[in-house]
Parts: sequence; C-alpha cells; structure tokens
Amino acid sequence: MANTLISGPHTLASTTVSRTMLWVMLALTPATLWGLYLFGWPAINLFLITAVAALLFEAGCLRLAGKRVKAGLFDGSALLTAWLLAMSLPPWAPWWIGVLGSFLAIVIGKQVFGGLGHNLFNPAMVARVALLVSFPLQMTLWTQPVALFSAEAPGFIDGLAISFAGDALAGGAFDALSGATLLGEVKTGFSVGSTLPELLPAGLDHWSMATGYGAGSLGETSALLILAGGLLLVVFGVISWTIPVSLLATVGLLALLFNGLNPDRYPGVGYHLFSGGMMLAAFFIATDMVTSPNTPAGQLVFGVGCGVLIYLIRTWGGYPEGVAFAVLLMNALTPLIDHWIRPRIFGRDRAFKPLVVAPRALGKHQTSKGEQA
Amino acid sequence: MFAAIITLAFLGLGLGYLLGVAAIHLKVEEPAIVQEIEAMLPGTNCGQCGFAGCPIGAKELAAGTAPVTLCPPGGKALAEALAIKLGVELDLSAVADDNRLVAQVIQTQCIGCTRCIKLCPTDAIVGAPKQLHNVVIDACTGCNKCIDICPTMGIKMCRPRQTLANWQWPKPQAEQEVNG
Amino acid sequence: MKLFSFRGGIHPSARKERTQDLPIIRLPMPKRLYVPLQQHIGEPAVARVVAGEQVVRGQILGGSVGRISAPVHAPADGKVIGIIDFSSPHPAALPVTTAVIEVSASQSPWIAPLEDPFSLSGDELAQRIQQAGIVGMGGATFPSAVKLDMARQHQVLTLIINGGECEPYLTCDDRLMRERAEQMLLGVELMLRCLDAKQAIIVVEDNKAAALANLRTLCNEAFYSKFERIKTVSVPTRYPQGSQKQMIQSVTGKEVPAGAHATDLGVVMHNVATAYAVYEALVVGKPLVSRIVTVGGGAVPRPANLEVPLGTLVEELLRFCGVEDDNYERLLVGGPMMGQWLPHAQLPIIKGSSGIIALNEAETQMDLPSPCIRCARCVTVCPAGLLPLEMAKRIRKEDFGAAQALGLSDCIACGSCAYVCPSKIPLVQYFHYGKGELQARKQQEKKRDRTAELASSKALRVEAIERQKAEAAALRKAQMAAKKAAEVAAQEIDLSDSKSEITLVSSEESGD
Repeated sequence: MANTLISGPHTLASTTVSRTMLWVMLALTPATLWGLYLFGWPAINLFLITAVAALLFEAGCLRLAGKRVKAGLFDGSALLTAWLLAMSLPPWAPWWIGVLGSFLAIVIGKQVFGGLGHNLFNPAMVARVALLVSFPLQMTLWTQPVALFSAEAPGFIDGLAISFAGDALAGGAFDALSGATLLGEVKTGFSVGSTLPELLPAGLDHWSMATGYGAGSLGETSALLILAGGLLLVVFGVISWTIPVSLLATVGLLALLFNGLNPDRYPGVGYHLFSGGMMLAAFFIATDMVTSPNTPAGQLVFGVGCGVLIYLIRTWGGYPEGVAFAVLLMNALTPLIDHWIRPRIFGRDRAFKPLVVAPRALGKHQTSKGEQA
Repeated sequence: MFAAIITLAFLGLGLGYLLGVAAIHLKVEEPAIVQEIEAMLPGTNCGQCGFAGCPIGAKELAAGTAPVTLCPPGGKALAEALAIKLGVELDLSAVADDNRLVAQVIQTQCIGCTRCIKLCPTDAIVGAPKQLHNVVIDACTGCNKCIDICPTMGIKMCRPRQTLANWQWPKPQAEQEVNG
Repeated sequence: MKLFSFRGGIHPSARKERTQDLPIIRLPMPKRLYVPLQQHIGEPAVARVVAGEQVVRGQILGGSVGRISAPVHAPADGKVIGIIDFSSPHPAALPVTTAVIEVSASQSPWIAPLEDPFSLSGDELAQRIQQAGIVGMGGATFPSAVKLDMARQHQVLTLIINGGECEPYLTCDDRLMRERAEQMLLGVELMLRCLDAKQAIIVVEDNKAAALANLRTLCNEAFYSKFERIKTVSVPTRYPQGSQKQMIQSVTGKEVPAGAHATDLGVVMHNVATAYAVYEALVVGKPLVSRIVTVGGGAVPRPANLEVPLGTLVEELLRFCGVEDDNYERLLVGGPMMGQWLPHAQLPIIKGSSGIIALNEAETQMDLPSPCIRCARCVTVCPAGLLPLEMAKRIRKEDFGAAQALGLSDCIACGSCAYVCPSKIPLVQYFHYGKGELQARKQQEKKRDRTAELASSKALRVEAIERQKAEAAALRKAQMAAKKAAEVAAQEIDLSDSKSEITLVSSEESGD
C-alpha cells in the first residue's frame, strides 16, 4: 500500500511515451523493410549503424546528465530519431555518415537542448540538413534500387566494403548503379533550360514512384507504404490528421495551380505528392509532437507553412528537395504559433476577459406572480 | 578599407553619443521607489534582514545592494513582488519557507512578565501581568523578537496547525528530475 | 429537447458493471459513529452537545454558524462519548472536531412532520432544507440551502438535476434513480416549489438506460401529474459530463462566464442524491444523516451499493464488502477521477462521500513520470480550453503568475489531462499546488498588509506614549522646579518669618 500523497486521477489511460514511439516504428516498418530489400546490404548496414550509434550517444548523454539511462533508452525516442534519419540518408552512404548523423541528431539536435521534449528542432532533420550542407557529395550520391539477392546486387561482403571502405574497395563495380533522384534530375534539367516534356518524355511513371522503384533514400522511395503506415497512425489516433492533411493539401493545391498555369515548367500534383520525402515528411516528420504546435488550429497553420515552403524550395530554391529545410523553418516558428494560437478558455473570450452574461428579464417572472396575486 | 574604418568609427561614435544623450534626457526619475518598496515591506523593523529596520532595508533594495530575498517574514510572495518591482531575476530556491512560522507561548514557562507584549511590533501577543500570555497567530509576522526577550525561554517558533482551511498540496516530486 | 456539447473530455472505461445491478442495501448500524462537525464547504458547525450526553437520532450535534454553513445531526440514538479531534477523509487525514457516538441497541423511528411540505412557501422550504443540513452530495458539499437562496434571488427558471454520474465505478446515483425515483422526483418537485422555477431537467448519461427509462415513465404517467414540470434528458456518456459547468453547457448551450455563477444564466444545478435528501428531510422528517455509497474497485471481493449512516468508518464498509486487513493497493473516497486518496481506512463517511473505491495492483499504474513530449493530448481533452502542459511547465518553475495568466484559476481539476498524458505527469497535482500557492500568497499579502498596519499603529502608540511620558516628565520637572522654587521662596519667607518672630520675640523679650 502506497504511503505517499497521490493526487487524482487514480485511473490513467494506457498510452505511454514508449507505446507511442512503438506505434510510429510499427507504421514505418513495412516501408523500411521494402526499402532495405530494394537497396540491399549497404542499406541494411547503414540502418543498423545509425541506430546503434544513436542509442550509444543517447546513453552517453543521459549518463552525463545524470538521468535514468535505462528509462531514457527504452522510451524509444532515440531509436525512432535514428530510424527517421536513416530513412532520409542515401542508402549506400558510408558508415561515418550514419555515425555522424546520429551524433548530430541525438547530441546536437536533442540532448543539448535538455533531452526529449525540450528540443526546438526535429533532431533527424537537423542531422540531415547539417550533413547535406557539410558533405554535399556523399549526401547526393544516390543509387538505383537493386533488390537483395538479385544478380546485380552487392553481396554481404561487397555490402560491407561499400559501407566501410567506400565503393573503391569493391572495385568500383557498382558505380554503374548510381543515379539521380527524380527531383534532382528535373531540377538539373530545368537549370539547363529543358522543359518538362523533354525531361520526362514518357510522362511520369506514378506506379514506380509510389512503390519505390527509383533512386532515393529509403523514405523517399516507397511512398505508398509510407502513406499506408501514416494512415494507420491517423486511424489509431497516434497522430492527428491536421498536419498531414494540411501539408499535403497545400502542396497539392499549389502544384495544381502552377501546373495549370504552365505545364511545361511546373510538374503536376502526382509528381509532388509521390516524389521525394513528401509522404515521410507529412506523416512522420512534420508530425513530430515535440516540435509541432499544441493546438489543432496551430497544427493546420504549421502544415500549410510546411507545404508552402516545400513547394517554394522545390520549385524555385537551390536544392531539389526542400522537406528538411521547410520542417526546420516551421519548427522555429512553432513557439510563435503556440503563443498566438491558443484555445479559447471556457467562460472567457479570446482576450482572456470573462464572457458577458446577457441580462435576463427578471421582472417578467415577478409580474406574472403579481398578476396572480 | 580606410574609408570603411573611418565610417564605422564615426558611426560608432555618433550612435554612442546619441545613446549617452538619451540616457541623460530620457532618464526615468525614481525617487519614489524607496517609499514604494518600504510600503511593501512588513514594517515591523524586526531586523532579520540584517539592516536596522524596514526603511533602511528598502533603501538598500532600491540601491541594489540587498537581494530581493532579504525579508524572511515576507516570504516568497514578497520576494516575487520585489523582483517584479525591481525587475530582477529571482531564484526562489534561496527563500526558505520559514516565513510561515509563528511564535507560540509555552504554557508551562510563561511567568506573565509582559516583556514580550511590550516588545511585539504588531501587538500579536496578548495577556496581562502575572497571567499566561498568548499569541494571535493572524497578527504574528514571525519576526523572532520575542524569543530573545523572554526571561524564561518560554516562546518558541512553530508552524501554525494545519487545518482543512490552510492545508495545501505539495509540489510533485518524482517528476522533477525528468522534466527539470 | 435540443442538447449541446462541451469541449474536450475523455472516455475512461466505466467499470460500473460490477455494482450497477446491485440493489441498495442498508449497512448494519455500527457500534460507534465518528461524526465530523465539518462535512461541508464553509464555516464548521459548532458543537451543541457535550461528552456524556444522550442523543436521539436527528438531534443537532453541531449548529451552523455564518451564512455558508450547515448543521450536523446525530445519525443514531446513543451517547456522545466525546467531542474530539479525529482524522477527516482527506489525503492528509487532517484532524477535525468530531462527535463520537456510542450507538444504542434500539433506534427510535423517524417522525414525519405534521405539516404538508407541498403547502409550504418557498422561504419555509429553504429554511427546512437548511435545518436538515443538506449539502451538495455529488462531492462538492456546498450547502444546498445557500445555493437555493442564491437561485431564488436570481429568479432562476430552470433547475437542472445532475444524474450524470460520469465517474468510473460509481453507481449510487444510478441505483437511486432506479429504486427510489419517485421519492427523488418528489424532492425535485419540492425544490422547484422552493425556487418557484418553471421547469426541472434531469440529465442522465446514456449508459444508464434503466434509470432513464424509469424516470421517463414516472414523469409521463398521468397519475404523477405533479411531475409535469420535470423532464428527463439523456446525454452522451463522456467525462466530465457531471461537472456543473459542462452539464449546464450540455443542456443550455451557454458557458458560465469566468467568475460568475450558474444562477447568472438563470439555471441552478443540484445532484439527484441531494433531491432525494430533500425528500427525506421534508416528507419523512429525516435530516441528512445517511447516504448511499458505492463500495467498489478491484480489491473489493463483494462490491455493493450501501446506505450508510454518516460517521461510519470506511473500515466497516470495507469489512462488510469482504476486504480484509487493508488488502488493497490504493484507497479512494469518491470516484477515481476527482476522488481523494485516503491514507488509511479509519476515517468516517461524510455527506460528500459518494464512493469508497479500493483499487488493486492492476488498476493502479505506478509508472514513473517521463519527460513531456508535447503531444498536446491534454490540450485536446481539456474541457476548460486550457494548455495543461504549458501551465505545468510554469508551475514547475514556480512561476505562478504566468500559470495564472494561462488560466490556472479556470481549471476545474477534472483530471482529463493527467488521464491521457502518455508521460504520466501528475498534472492535476501541479495545478492543485499552483492554486494552493496562489491562495497562500494572497493570504500572506493580506496578512502583511494587516500586520504592517498593526506595526505602524503600535509604533505611533509607542511614540505617543513616549511623548506623553516626555511631556509628563517635563511637566513633573517643571512642577518640581516650581515646587522647589516655591519651597525656596517659602523657606525664605519662613526664614524671614522666623527672623521676624525672633525679632518679635526679642522685641517682646525686649518689651518685657
């Protein structure tokens, strides 16, 4: 029998932080497995390296800060961050990209701010952007998918060579597999003055985009599986619909508008929604609870902001993909959004003043009594 | 290069001069602050702050030579009010919760000498010569003055009894370490 | 009837199935009763009996004092064996003045009042309700007569009867509405007469189908035409439906403004158990000396709905329901959402104790709190439209002013936020703590103002005394000086007198 003073409520919902994180990981699993299958051993290596490094960094930081290490590790937040980071890296990136990325995400992106719940920016996106800016070569070296165990795919040993010694050791045998992402290809094409029909003469192959048969990171390729996972989270109430819907709708509407204005210059809705990290961002990255607003209205603003920024960066910016930048910029705005958009308090107006009661006609009741008398 | 240095130097000088002028001409006159602070203090001149009475303490506070946490009888509430008044950062952990202590007469020790009655700055002790004295808790500021004057060590400081009216929930403890 | 909705809320598992079909049974009269003289909000009652006195049931043990107070009656015939300080059913088990009654073997019957309560005026009804010591029995324990008086002053048109019972485990109101609905409706009718209101609306959550059906039949039957002003409505089951502000919004669609009362909107709300108590007091002649208590929870082998004399120790209820040797993990009075934790079972049942819940290990999650991940579930469920996570953050840093600016005083402590929190942060305790500190500060400030006044008046007085002393001293000095001068002068005269005498004598002598 407990002897310490406990306040109510004495019955609690069964949701916990680790259960929430587990749900998100579960939703990511199909897309991840599919991606790992498509990109083979080097991708598996990178994924494991990133995850293990993140857990080690997290444990080290927790110990330094004098917090409960075991509880902190098992809440799953570090693993999820590493997972999301690994899904946004080039699948064949060398091992140190994974380790450095985990350091940036866990130590610089999260623990420096005070640990889980205190970070202003999405840790995975901090790491991705920092890596992209610092190591543009490694971070833009994409590979065409070659399914695990297929003839062209690197075997286990070759995979280790690619991950730990660079492709050189493997004799450069897999150089031929490298290729640009769809977004990158179109961006480069535009920069030399090509038009969309020239760049994509066969039109868009939506099916291969949605199922992941294209160059890109794990999270960029199988849009359909990520969408399925995301919908699962929304249906089970783990995340709210507000950010995904507002983000995707914004990008979709902008794409529709500009595509209508000039189809040669501006790709259509499908191109934007199913390419790059759009689905991953909408369902798994922008919805990060720590770095997104508290109120549904604020979340809608956040989603619209992310969508506009993604479209702006993709269309007119210097980088082919703008998801990470857009999310970080909106993360920075989150405290402001939370300050300005608050729910109205019961019995008060939005300016915190008590509501005014309409004066009631008290006399009526009395006169009717008077008449009776 | 040379032009740039000179431009910047002049810019700096000019702006600095403007700031200096503004500091003199737009200065907020605050002679009333000492009186205002004095009005906030308990006014019992108990001397627990280390100064000879509340007016001196107010002067020191206004001058910034005393911390806003100086007044034990004022407690956290006063420290907060002073911090807002003076616009300073406040570390409440430095304020002990002892301000809620009040004097209590030990019935077996009191000889009814009335010395404490004469000394009490808020008339919180009642009684008559050769009669048992008593403390009016609502009027006692916990200034400790009566403790020393009592010839029989017949007054002690203690927490007022907890009742349904004054009991309050403690701060949750277990969670502090994770959420800082 | 058009119904409305309120913001937020949660759906905790109701866990009423173990007791909802158990009829109310009477707990055997215990040997001793511990009747606290404060069982209500407001001024404690003052003892009207002394140790050793024989009391009959219904006799006043403590009289009400002041405007907001309620008397306390003897629940049984017996002998007062002491007026002592005894622990109250409170998380800190603080001592409260309590009358201890040694119950007699035989009990006298209740004598119904001679007058027909339906012929009484509003004032008389309110007075009878006050004298019967009736308080809000949903747990708030605010004196009902005071509430009725306020409503009468505001000429309230609608009386809302709260049959929500949205707390998990509790089924005492449900059973009351099923078994004693007619009596309860008579109580409602009496309150309507007291208020001279137009209508009464009984609000029941839709998970109590049997109670709803029962009330609807009774209200519609032609035989009970006297209930034609009473209507029963069903509202969706959602916690905190039974909270006053939320229920008023459900029925009227209006929000009670911050700092205002329900009566400002022309409505007043009472609990079904309160209505039943009104019936018992005015028709049966039995003041509020017993109540229906749900004894439930996983640690209770034989849960029950018990009619219990006030002052019965919780221990006796638990023993009656098969709990041996404190064999439970956590003991609560009231429901698990807003009820209070009890440190032990040697505490009396009082007017507001709607349930005694003994939870087992599986029902009490003892997870340590983890960091807030800002999931904002608390924001979504808060029926008051607050930002619980932000308020808790401020209170953690002892920044009570900022928490107040976020609406701390508008928190109804319903616990929805803490219920959904995945990090298991004790949000409600933070808000209790913050409210307590704000209150303490206000009181301290008041005290400081008063003591400053006292200090300055004492200083002035001391100064005046000193001045008087000084003046008196000066006066005395002056008088002394004058006296001295006079003496000197007198002496001189004396001397000259004696001289003249001498001369006289000498002259006389010489004259001889």
